[in-house]
Amino acid sequence: MKRCRKCGERAVIYMRQHRLALCKEHYLEWFVEQTARTIRKYRMFTKHDRVLVAVSGGKDSLALWDVLWRLGYQADGLYIGLGIDGGIAYSDRSQEVVEAFAQERGLHLIVEDVPTLYGESIPEMARRTHRGRGKPCSVCGLVKRHIMNRVARDHGYTVLATGHNLDDEAAVLFANVMTWQVGYLARQDPVLPARDGLVKKVKPFFRFYERETAAYALLRGIAYIYDECPFAQGAKSIYFKEVLNRLEEERPGTKLQFFLGFLKAKKQGAFAAIQEQAEGELHACEVCGQPTTAPGRCAFCRLVTPLTSPTPTPSP
Amino acid sequence: MKDKARGTATLILRDQTFTVPAGITVREAIRHAGLVPESVLPTREGELIPEDERLQDGDVIRLVAVISGGWA
Repeated sequence: MKRCRKCGERAVIYMRQHRLALCKEHYLEWFVEQTARTIRKYRMFTKHDRVLVAVSGGKDSLALWDVLWRLGYQADGLYIGLGIDGGIAYSDRSQEVVEAFAQERGLHLIVEDVPTLYGESIPEMARRTHRGRGKPCSVCGLVKRHIMNRVARDHGYTVLATGHNLDDEAAVLFANVMTWQVGYLARQDPVLPARDGLVKKVKPFFRFYERETAAYALLRGIAYIYDECPFAQGAKSIYFKEVLNRLEEERPGTKLQFFLGFLKAKKQGAFAAIQEQAEGELHACEVCGQPTTAPGRCAFCRLVTPLTSPTPTPSP
Repeated sequence: MKDKARGTATLILRDQTFTVPAGITVREAIRHAGLVPESVLPTREGELIPEDERLQDGDVIRLVAVISGGWA
């Protein structure tokens, strides 16, 4: 039986990659301390920053908001209603969970509802456009990134924090390596500095395994949406995570080494040339004013403007 | 050599149920069910339990899936 390294009591979790066993009390303490250390080490933000946490109702984002709140950061939440039902009222239930979480802790939550704002749910937008027909994940990502940045800018937040964990990052890296998407490799980073109208983005949980964020939520008693997004079934991200977990099972620490090794190589300039291209000039979208890579309308406005633009009056 | 406990234990993951021999550890049981221990957290009555715990006859262990999907 494994014993907690700190107090000798019976451990509830053993992290093989760290060879570290902890009891409930010391695991919760360790998790919060590690988050604080990551925030400091990677210079993500300070107590003076106003942090906007993107919360979905899932374990990672709620755990992140909980930890930032415990650490005393100025952290407000942003929930984006996507209008996904999937037979389980997915978005409605997620919103309820997030609202209850915020209320219990007296935290400020901003809610942006996509169908109310833009007249269509995410699945409806996906059906209407060429982006990811049948699978709205691409449209969903685009809309969420746009709204997150807009809300952060409009409300004066200096940092946008998401609950991405190491499994998320390793799976994205793995997928991009498998297809040699070097542009994406250059852009992947737990800290993306602010530039040209883009708010700084950080991932304070990027060193935690997904198992660890789930354990934190469970041990802390955080009520989260356990059901997967109905559109995530069969997602490539899940497949790559499973593959990586099989490697991890045989060789503990594989996922961590994979991702930290990538960051080290990047820091040493392995992707410097591509990075310069990837970080090319940004332009203000002619409709919404948000930054976009090409002049004219941004991808978001090209997606939603057909609905919101008035019908042109025919020339006499 | 210690005798292993006789009987079986049950693992539940979402809507799937697996019957495993009692006497083995939770970690061994998860592998026995064809699952990857890294992808789940074992719980009993809502409480997280250690993977090196040996299963008793009649034990019911609920596995919490930890993987969530989507790139966004």
